Amino acid sequence: MVFNHKLTNDETSYGWGPVFMHWLMAFAIIGLYPLGWYIETLDYYDPAYKTVPVWHKSIGILVAMTLLLRIVWRIFNKPPAALPQPAPLLFIAKMAHGLLYLLVLLTVISGYLISTADGRAIELFNLISLPALPFEIDNQEDIAGEIHFIVATSLISIAALHAAAALKHHFIDKDTTLKRMLALREETE
Amino acid sequence: MKTKLIKGLTLATLISASPLYAADYVIDTKGAHASIEFRVSHLGISWLTGRFNTFNGDFSYDAKNPAASSINVEVDVTSFDSNHAERNKHIRGDKYLNVEAHPTASFKSTSFTPNADGGGVMKGMLTLYGTTKEVAIDVNKVGEGEDPWGGYRVGFSGTLELTPKEFGMNYELGPAAETVYMDLNIEGIRK
Repeated sequence: MVFNHKLTNDETSYGWGPVFMHWLMAFAIIGLYPLGWYIETLDYYDPAYKTVPVWHKSIGILVAMTLLLRIVWRIFNKPPAALPQPAPLLFIAKMAHGLLYLLVLLTVISGYLISTADGRAIELFNLISLPALPFEIDNQEDIAGEIHFIVATSLISIAALHAAAALKHHFIDKDTTLKRMLALREETE
Repeated sequence: MKTKLIKGLTLATLISASPLYAADYVIDTKGAHASIEFRVSHLGISWLTGRFNTFNGDFSYDAKNPAASSINVEVDVTSFDSNHAERNKHIRGDKYLNVEAHPTASFKSTSFTPNADGGGVMKGMLTLYGTTKEVAIDVNKVGEGEDPWGGYRVGFSGTLELTPKEFGMNYELGPAAETVYMDLNIEGIRK
């Protein structure tokens, strides 16, 4: 096994570009979910009251940017063909991948709508301000908050299924599904 | 005959427009000439203000017999507005007002002790956060008279000092924020 030095995908392997974006988002999402729970528990007088929510929002914005880049990348540089597996499993895998993209998108949109519900901008590490939408919905912060919780919880659940499936491919099917996503390829090539 | 009729009409107009008789008023929330605002100290450094946008109520008032005054008000707690969406969400949430469990608050007066200049102390039962307690509101009369559109109005302002902890809200906002001042502006249109 060697590291794949190619940036882009080809017909059989992932380039390190998409692999890097995949893991960047994976770690960000795994971190953001408990961080969201933690923010809910923060007391008014907690020193973290002013900082941790900024990190949560800023990392979330970076996830959104990475997601957009991944979608554009996918359009111009297709991922490699799926490894052979029974048709129903292939179908479930494709559904899960589609859902993951959709749920990340819905989570970041609903999060943005909480913070910008009164027309205030959302800050990226107090460096850049992203403006609010030019219109508001009644009780936007409460509605967006409910949606944010539901879609984020769905996202982390599907992501857990996705991780379990990857481990099943690696340890039970003994195929290269997980290795491909680590940008590892056979030394013979 | 004609003069008699005119006299009668004039008298009727006088009666209907005069404050001599006890009258029922509806609080002018439709025209938003009434407000329920709050004021709470931010860390002992400044005042944070906001309001409950949605409420309704009515009252009885007679300038000749102010001790007989009474009022009923119902407040939609979900309409809490501090002009900051994230704070609104936080305060409406289960750590503070918990509006999902307690969506309405109400005040029903029990007695009014008038003072010399038209104001007084309005006592009554305040239901907030599912807890009912007797509270006293310092009331000032602001004015009374005919409006330009054929109606008759009277207006009061008042301040109520509230201790949210006494109603069961225990979220720690610090020692300076233990008392919340409710600033009330109530204009009524005679029914």
